[in-house]
Amino acid sequence: MPTLDRNLLHRYGLLFVILLVGLGLTLTTDTFLSVANLTNVARQVSINGILAVGVTFVLLTAGVDLSLGSVVALSGVACATFAHPGDHPVFVPIVVGLLTGAACGLVNGVLVTRGGVAPFIVTLGMMTISRGLALIVSGGRPVANMSNELTALAGDFLGIPIPVLCFAGVALAAWFFLRNFRLGRHIYAVGGNENAARAAGVPVERVKLFAYGLCGLLTGLAGVVLAARITTGQPNAGQAYELDAIAAVVIGGTSLAGGVGTITGTLLGVLLIGVINNGLDLLGVSSYYQAVIKGVIIVGAVWLDRRQARS
Amino acid sequence: MLRALELRKDFGGLTVLHPTSVDFRPGEVHALMGENGAGKSTLMKVLAGLYRPDGGHVEWRGARADFASPLDALVAGIAMIHQELMPIPDLTVAENITLGTEPCGRFGRIDRPAQLRRAKELLQELESEIDPSKLMRTLTVAQTQVVEIAKALGRQADVILMDEPTAALSDHEVAALFRAIARLKARGVAIVYTTHKMDEVFRLADRISVLRDGRLISTAPANELDPAKLISLMVGREMADVFPKRSLPTGEILLEVSGLTREPAYRDVSFQVHRGEVVALAGLMGAGRTEVVSAVYGLQPASRGVITFKGRPLVIRSPQDALAAGIGMVTEDRKGLGLIPALGVDQNITLTALRTLCRGQLIDHRAEAVTVGARLEELAVKASRPSQPIAQLSGGNQQKALLARCLLGDPDLIILDEPTRGIDIGAKAEIYALIQKLARAGKGVLLVSSELPEVLSLAHRIVVLRRGSVAATLDATETDQETVLRHAMPL
Repeated sequence: MPTLDRNLLHRYGLLFVILLVGLGLTLTTDTFLSVANLTNVARQVSINGILAVGVTFVLLTAGVDLSLGSVVALSGVACATFAHPGDHPVFVPIVVGLLTGAACGLVNGVLVTRGGVAPFIVTLGMMTISRGLALIVSGGRPVANMSNELTALAGDFLGIPIPVLCFAGVALAAWFFLRNFRLGRHIYAVGGNENAARAAGVPVERVKLFAYGLCGLLTGLAGVVLAARITTGQPNAGQAYELDAIAAVVIGGTSLAGGVGTITGTLLGVLLIGVINNGLDLLGVSSYYQAVIKGVIIVGAVWLDRRQARS
Repeated sequence: MLRALELRKDFGGLTVLHPTSVDFRPGEVHALMGENGAGKSTLMKVLAGLYRPDGGHVEWRGARADFASPLDALVAGIAMIHQELMPIPDLTVAENITLGTEPCGRFGRIDRPAQLRRAKELLQELESEIDPSKLMRTLTVAQTQVVEIAKALGRQADVILMDEPTAALSDHEVAALFRAIARLKARGVAIVYTTHKMDEVFRLADRISVLRDGRLISTAPANELDPAKLISLMVGREMADVFPKRSLPTGEILLEVSGLTREPAYRDVSFQVHRGEVVALAGLMGAGRTEVVSAVYGLQPASRGVITFKGRPLVIRSPQDALAAGIGMVTEDRKGLGLIPALGVDQNITLTALRTLCRGQLIDHRAEAVTVGARLEELAVKASRPSQPIAQLSGGNQQKALLARCLLGDPDLIILDEPTRGIDIGAKAEIYALIQKLARAGKGVLLVSSELPEVLSLAHRIVVLRRGSVAATLDATETDQETVLRHAMPL
């Protein structure tokens, strides 16, 4: 091969690691390599996957969103509140959930762009605000009694779990968008050098607002899918989801400094975390140790990656 | 004492320093001369451990030295004064000067009185009256430069590399620096010195090495050279070849600026640019040239004044407004306001005019590749492939890519702020030719340049700014460097 694109190398490197972990699990457990288990892995990663795709956009603009987990809870509660049987047609709770997430994202975006407050602070505030709102709206109790039409969202379509289809659709659309849309290119430009992008005529504020809004919308989607899966709107759901999502994105090669990263990378990062979680479960590792091992793997993967990038 | 042996440095596949061997002796001032981009700074940075060489090595006190970082070089006794100033604005002058060499008491506690004393001594060495307890951010550029020099003196280094230390200094401060250099020489310190000022070289240097396009052309004792000989060595060709013929402006007013004001940077600035005309803004550093053109492009809007473009008054609040009206700009601050470093050359070029390469919101990748290919060829941009990250290109090629970005949108007025700074003579000549071509095509060009020969040869008219006000508007064909300078100098 003449010149190997570093991105490609990186992408395949991560794929190689996933296959290696998969191979190890196939040899050490008799359940890993089965349709049922792999479907299960896919189902388990789909919510983190949707969040990771959303937050990829924000990280690409050199921002960050720490409010993901709380907004998942708020959107889930909002969705469940409108999903009692016979109240509304099924699209109403779905749209309510999506719009709740999008609204949170847009507020983040406005405060970052117009207010000039650091993304870390803005989204840290949104994290506790939306958690509080979720508890207020639900009165601190899970919002139960959801219609079957809505909880069916956690079921299968043509044998494939609908959450997995959602994740796949979102990832594909995001990949296409970043590659082929003008706005997608602008996101990379803003993250790469905000001032230069502005001087080149890129509407920097609008681009960032879009990134935060889209991230919020996808967080709303994750909230709806989660509510359908656990058949309640849980105000305490989604704790620390943002950390798993950001970890997946960073493992996938997206720079926290912005301007560098791909959806394919994010996808692989999500899969790696999913396979590791699943493997540790199958091997019967206690959840205390799981947390430690996962942390080591996250830091290790990024360390290896940066070392390779420097060489 | 310090030798470069066949040192080579590449950036992204381009060799910016061809194998170069030169030695530096104790008690000697060795001047490195050459055009911008000739490789002087690169050579210095390799010597100071800032860059790793891609070939050859540095020899220090007779042994091979592989400096992994500037700290290694500093510990060995090699200090550098950088061309780009690197102060820490929120520390005091004394803290900046003693950074990393703070006098310490027990448990690493900083001995403040000793720190202030030490800073004061070093500043006195440079005959400077700067108060060491002042915050760095309150200093002028010239004072900052003096502090950087004091910092390097404080390292007790055996070799001091000085990359254009006098660029921002007044005559008085330059004289003080020269006296300090004489004292260092007497102590046996080796000085490596770059400058663009001819008189300095012949006052200071014992030996002179000339670099051109990354190659060492000659090393000779200073008394064997004279300014004319030195210039011909640096340039390698007559300047007459470099500047193309001027075109004739058509007369129609394209841009009219009147009463433009933003205190304290500039006030009541008025001038016109006709179609087919190159108008240069000349003036000293800090005269407000960049600020004025930044206002026309919307980077930093003026607080008062009227900008009339193509006969209509125009409100420009952002670059987007300017671009929409047909005004493009290539900025002076390539790193800060120009490049998107991680993106490819191709995507950097198409960033501004991306809309013209789209169907609806979708990028037409084939059209983009075709356009980029044509522009890369037209401007002779050297890149290993169109998608090569622009950060890996040499300064000249980056500049040409940014010009391509600006021209792709086909603006009527092109603002060029120091378009040839830090690039080699070949790329300069290409940019000069391009400016004339644009003028002939009926565009207006607003040029900011600190190089007077450039201004005099390219422009039709010269607007001289002095401390933010228009001091004179001169016909470039009927004036000379002395006249321009006389108007530019504060009285």
